[in-house]
Amino acid sequence: MSEILVDIRNMTFKRDERVIYDDISLSIPKGKVTAIMGPSGIGKTTLLRLIGGQLKPESGNIFFDGKDIPRLSRNALFETRKRMSMLFQSGALFSDMSVYDNIAFPIREHTNLPENLIEKMVLMKLEAVGLRGARDLRPSELSGGMARRAALARSIALDPELILYDEPFAGQDPISMGVIVRLIRSLNDALGLTSVVVSHDVPEVMGIADYIYIIAEQKIIGQGTPEQIAEQTSPLVRQFVNGESDGPVPFHFKAAPYREELIRKTAFTNRKGG
Amino acid sequence: MKQFYLLGRNTIATISGIGRAVILLLSALAHVPNPKKGFPLLLNQLYAVGVLSLVIIIVSGTFIGMVLALQGYTILVGYGAEASLGPMVALSLIRELGPVIAALLFAGRAGSALTAEIGLMKATEQLSSLEMMAVDPLRRVIAPRFWAGMISLPLLTAMFSAVGILGAHLVGVDWLGVDGGTFWSVMQSQVDFEKDILNGIIKSIVFAFVITWIAVFKGYDCDPTSEGISKATTATVVQSSLWVLSLDFILTALMFTK
Ligand SMILES: Nc1ncnc2c1ncn2[C@@H]1O[C@H](COP(=O)(O)OP(=O)(O)OP(=O)(O)O)[C@@H](O)[C@H]1O
Ligand SMILES: [Mg+2]
Repeated sequence: MSEILVDIRNMTFKRDERVIYDDISLSIPKGKVTAIMGPSGIGKTTLLRLIGGQLKPESGNIFFDGKDIPRLSRNALFETRKRMSMLFQSGALFSDMSVYDNIAFPIREHTNLPENLIEKMVLMKLEAVGLRGARDLRPSELSGGMARRAALARSIALDPELILYDEPFAGQDPISMGVIVRLIRSLNDALGLTSVVVSHDVPEVMGIADYIYIIAEQKIIGQGTPEQIAEQTSPLVRQFVNGESDGPVPFHFKAAPYREELIRKTAFTNRKGG
Repeated sequence: MKQFYLLGRNTIATISGIGRAVILLLSALAHVPNPKKGFPLLLNQLYAVGVLSLVIIIVSGTFIGMVLALQGYTILVGYGAEASLGPMVALSLIRELGPVIAALLFAGRAGSALTAEIGLMKATEQLSSLEMMAVDPLRRVIAPRFWAGMISLPLLTAMFSAVGILGAHLVGVDWLGVDGGTFWSVMQSQVDFEKDILNGIIKSIVFAFVITWIAVFKGYDCDPTSEGISKATTATVVQSSLWVLSLDFILTALMFTK
């Protein structure tokens, strides 16, 4: 296997008492598109934040190019973050700036390039996501899908080594979906970036990813190339890939049995009424 | 038993809140805006925090000065002492009312806006995305706002007192007929630079520090929800008003009692 850029070793992470990740290990190869799939609320966004150093694991290591992210000093962490970027699930555009300034922001912050060069770079990125005409709009004037594409343009503005995409396809029509899929793929191949794509969209992920991890119940339940995933017989993986609500992966957030709760509620109301 | 638990929990929460606030303050103070990138940011905030508070400061200052003159005149004229109207108004404004009322208005106008803005940036993940872009939000968002508050309030206070005195002149001299020359000259001889003006400035700097600190901290530390932001905004106004009033008492006791 090729070189590893991000290596997660025996990592455990908890939110208060709830275990989100229980001793998982996964590695993200350099120069490849790695997809992370899994049911909603399982902790995919959390995983990206752990890689970015915004959350600290209970135990275990998260290596980025050999550096253990949770143990870096604040300054070293900020230095390391210059080499990665993240597309937030919500877009997280700066609401007090135009689309243009949003995309120019990381370039202005981290380089001393002259403004005319910055303009060329920004227009290039805007053209790539089909928003050159929206350069002067405010983020509040964009639709959800447009905002996400603008955020995508911002996250690739500096061509970082590692890009973490949190649901890049959500809210896109089939045309822009295709554009984004090709964009992620071509950025990855042309510039030799490493991409991590978090998504539920099984066909898109199967088409774009070099390697796929499927997460459920605090664990990695399946991994492999798209071909291997498609052929896996594990019922957990089959259920997720085929999108069945009934199966070993629970669709529901952890709760008391439904029947019990309904009965309890009824009894309670009866008592109150009578 | 339950009470002890709650007492302990609230104490710990309060102490850890103070700790976080101190860390935030030290980090913001460590980042004096650097001239090239920081200065435009500071200017923006001076506009948002300072210039936009001008109207309320000037209007309130004028009315307070006018009311002071009216009240002062009716009392002083009974003793035939209306010549002291000038120093009475000036001293009340410069020593007390200027710093305190300007600070309370500033907390309501600028402090709440700072908290709400920073809180909303947190709720919409803008602060997180700054962090992920390797831009420290303390340097980029908190520091310029903090310094803008520190610079703005003392200047606004000076303006408040100045227009207050003009308002008093309007009522006392132009309307009620106190002699204009006396108004100014007695005021000049009675107001001492070090004892009155300097102490007033010190007060306004202390208030600026407390209000801006509370405002940026409440925004930065709020629950990233709409309820959390509204709570934080209210807390900013309530807490900074209480701090201003109690600190004013302490400062007055230190400055003006012998
Ligand atoms: N700030 C928070 N405080 C407490 N718990 C949280 C917080 N953020 C997320 N969680 C919990 O952590 C779990 C994982 O959340 P996460 O956002 O990583 O899910 P996700 O896999 O990205 O889901 P989705 O696909 O819906 O975006 C969720 O069950 C959620 O309840
Ligand atoms: Mg998510």
